[in-house]
Amino acid sequence: QKTKEGFFAKITKAIAGKASIDEEVLDNLEEALVGADVGIETTLAIIKRIEARVAKDKYISTGELNALLQEEIEAVLVDADNTSYKNFEIPEGQKPYVILVVGVNGVGKTTTIGKLAHNYKKAGHNVILGAADTFRAAAVDQLTIWSERVGVSIVKQAMGSDPSAVAFDTVTSAVAKGSDIVIIDTAGRLHNKAYLMDELTKIKRVIKKVLPTAPNEVMLVLDGSTGQNAIEQARHFTAATDVTSLTITKLDGTAKGGVVLAIANQFKIPVKFIGVGEKIDDLLVFDKHEFVDSLFKR
Amino acid sequence: MFNSLSEKLESAFKNLKGEARINDLNIANTVKDIRRALVDADVNFKIAKEFTDKVKEKATGEKVINAISPGQLMVKIVQDELTELVGGKEADFNITGNPAVILIAGLQGSGKTTFTGKLATYLKTKKGKSPLVVAADIYRPAAIDQLTVLAEQIGVDIYAERENKDAVSIAQNAIKHAKANNKNVVIIDTAGRLAVDEVMMTEVANIKAAVNPTEILFVVDAMTGQDAVNTAKTFNERLDFSGVVLTKLDGDTRGGAALSIKYTVNKPIKFMSSGEKMDTLDIFYPERMAQRILGMGDITSLVEKA
Ligand SMILES: Nc1nc2c(ncn2[C@@H]2O[C@H](COP(=O)(O)OP(=O)(O)OP(=O)(O)O)[C@@H](O)[C@H]2O)c(=O)[nH]1
Ligand SMILES: Nc1nc2c(ncn2[C@@H]2O[C@H](COP(=O)(O)OP(=O)(O)OP(=O)(O)O)[C@@H](O)[C@H]2O)c(=O)[nH]1
Ligand SMILES: [Mg+2]
Ligand SMILES: [Mg+2]
Repeated sequence: QKTKEGFFAKITKAIAGKASIDEEVLDNLEEALVGADVGIETTLAIIKRIEARVAKDKYISTGELNALLQEEIEAVLVDADNTSYKNFEIPEGQKPYVILVVGVNGVGKTTTIGKLAHNYKKAGHNVILGAADTFRAAAVDQLTIWSERVGVSIVKQAMGSDPSAVAFDTVTSAVAKGSDIVIIDTAGRLHNKAYLMDELTKIKRVIKKVLPTAPNEVMLVLDGSTGQNAIEQARHFTAATDVTSLTITKLDGTAKGGVVLAIANQFKIPVKFIGVGEKIDDLLVFDKHEFVDSLFKR
Repeated sequence: MFNSLSEKLESAFKNLKGEARINDLNIANTVKDIRRALVDADVNFKIAKEFTDKVKEKATGEKVINAISPGQLMVKIVQDELTELVGGKEADFNITGNPAVILIAGLQGSGKTTFTGKLATYLKTKKGKSPLVVAADIYRPAAIDQLTVLAEQIGVDIYAERENKDAVSIAQNAIKHAKANNKNVVIIDTAGRLAVDEVMMTEVANIKAAVNPTEILFVVDAMTGQDAVNTAKTFNERLDFSGVVLTKLDGDTRGGAALSIKYTVNKPIKFMSSGEKMDTLDIFYPERMAQRILGMGDITSLVEKA
C-alpha cells in the first residue's frame, strides 16, 4: 500500500501542471507494469496511450491522473459478451452448458473446477463433472474428492483410458439426465507438445458428436505467477481449441498476473474468474478495476 | 526476441566497424535492448538492470579484435556473464548420512511431488541408493494417492499416514521407519505453499527443525515471472535451502526466473526437470540455461563464427 501511494505521489508530482509526462514518470510506470509481468511490449503500448491522452487533454490535474491510468489500462481488458457467468447463471437456451477446462501442468485446473462446481451448484444448477485427465497420477482421485466435497456427480473411467471417451460419456450422461452444466477436466499439457494439443482438439471434436453446440466454453486456466510464457500458452491453446475465457489462479500470493493484459490485448479473450486460494470458496468473479488497481500494489 | 536482439546488436555496431574500442556512447541503446530481451525472458527487471550495467562496465573500453564485430563481442560478453551468474561454483548433492534426509518445498503446482518421484528414481538407478519417499502433504486432495502411484511405478517404498494431520510428526516417523527398514535416503514431499502464508511457512520450517535435512530443495516452475524473486527470498529466509530445482523445462519458456533466483539468494541450481515421466531429470548445466535465457541456438553459432 505504501509503495503504491509512493508510486502515485511520485508520478503525480512529475505530471502536475505539465503538458507532457517526463521521462522519469514513464520509467516509474514502466517499472511498475513490467514488475507485474505485463511485459515490455504491452507496457510500451500502454505508455503510448497515456502519452497520447496527456498530449490531447493537456495539464492533467493530480487527481485526474490516477483515474486516467486506471482507465487506459482497463481499456486493454476485453469484456465477455454474456455476463450471466457473474451470477453463475447459464445463458438462455444453452443447457447443458459444457465447459472444457484446459491449461499447462499444475496451474490449478482441477481445483478451479471444484470451485466452479460449488458455485454453480449453489446457484441452483445440476452439475456434472468429467474426469478426462486419465494421465496424471491420481488425477481422477483428486477430482473425485472435489465432486464429493461439492456434492455433484462425476463421470470417470480407468486411468489411462481415452480422455475423449470420458468426455463423450460425460456429455452423453448430462444429456440423458438433463443436467444443467458439465465441466470437463483435462490433463495438464505444455503447449509446445503437438501430440498433446492434438488430443485436446480431438476431445473437443468428440464432444461435438454428442452436442454440436458444445463445448459452450473453453476455459484456459493460467497460473498468476507465470511470466511471459503465458502469452505462448494462450496462442497455442487458442489454436487447438478456440479458447473463449480465461481464469487466473493463485492471485492470493504476491504475483500480479499482469501478463493477462498482453493476452487480452493480443487475443481479445475475456478473463472471467480468479483463484485466490485452495478452498472451495476461493474463486472470485474477475473485476477489472480491482485487478488494475492491484498491479500497482506491492 | 533474442534473434532480433542479435540482429539489432549487429546493426547497432555496423557503423562502428572502424572503431577499435567499445565506448559508452555506442553502447547505450544496445544495453537497453539487452535489458528488454532479458525482461522478456522473465528475468526480474531490477536484476536485468544490474546485470546490464555490469555488462556495460565490462564491455566499455574492450578492444574489438579484427576477426570479431563489436556486436558479436557484446553477445559473447553477455553470454559469458550470464553463464557465470547462473552457474557459479560447482555444487554437490549431499546424500551422506544414514539416512540422508532431503526436504522438498515450493509453491503450489511447481512440480514437487513429480520431482520427488524423479529424484528417488535417480538415486535408486544412478546412485545405487535405497530411497524412501514420504507423503507429508496432508492438504491437497489425493496428494498421498499421487505419490503412492508414482512410488509404485518406480518401485520405491513410500511412507504415509492417512489419518495423521501433523506433517511434522509424519516426517519424524518416516525417518524412524527408514532406519528400521534400511532405507538410506529419505525424500520428504511437502504441500505447496505461498511465501505469504505464515501458517504454512511455519509448518515447513518446523519440519526442517524436526528432521534436520541434509539437503533442502526449493522447486520452481521455470515459467515463473517477476515474482520468482519474492518467493525465493522468503523461502530462503525461512528454510535456508541448499539448492534449487527448475521444472517444466520441456516447455518453451526462456526461464529467466533461474537467473533471478540465483542472483537473489545465491543458491545453486541443482536439477533440471523436463517432463512428466520419471526419467526426465538432469543435473544442471549453466551454459545451456544461459543460452536458453538469451534465446538459444543462433548465439552460439554467431560466436563460433567469430
Ligand atoms: N494458493 C493457491 N493455490 C491454488 C489455487 N488454485 C489451485 N491451487 C493449488 O495449486 C496446485 C495445483 O492445482 P491443480 O488444481 O491440481 O492444478 P491442475 O492444473 O489441475 O494440475 P495438473 O492436472 O497436474 O496439470 C494445488 O496444490 C492446488 O491446491 C489458487 O487460486 N491459490
Ligand atoms: N511437462 C512437465 N510437467 C511437469 C514437470 N514436473 C511436474 N510436472 C507436472 O506438473 C503438474 C504439477 O506437478 P506436481 O508434482 O503435482 O506439483 P506439486 O508441486 O507437487 O503440486 P502441489 O503438491 O499441488 O503443490 C503435474 O501435472 C505434473 O505432471 C516437468 O518437468 N515437465
Ligand atoms: Mg488437474
Ligand atoms: Mg504435490
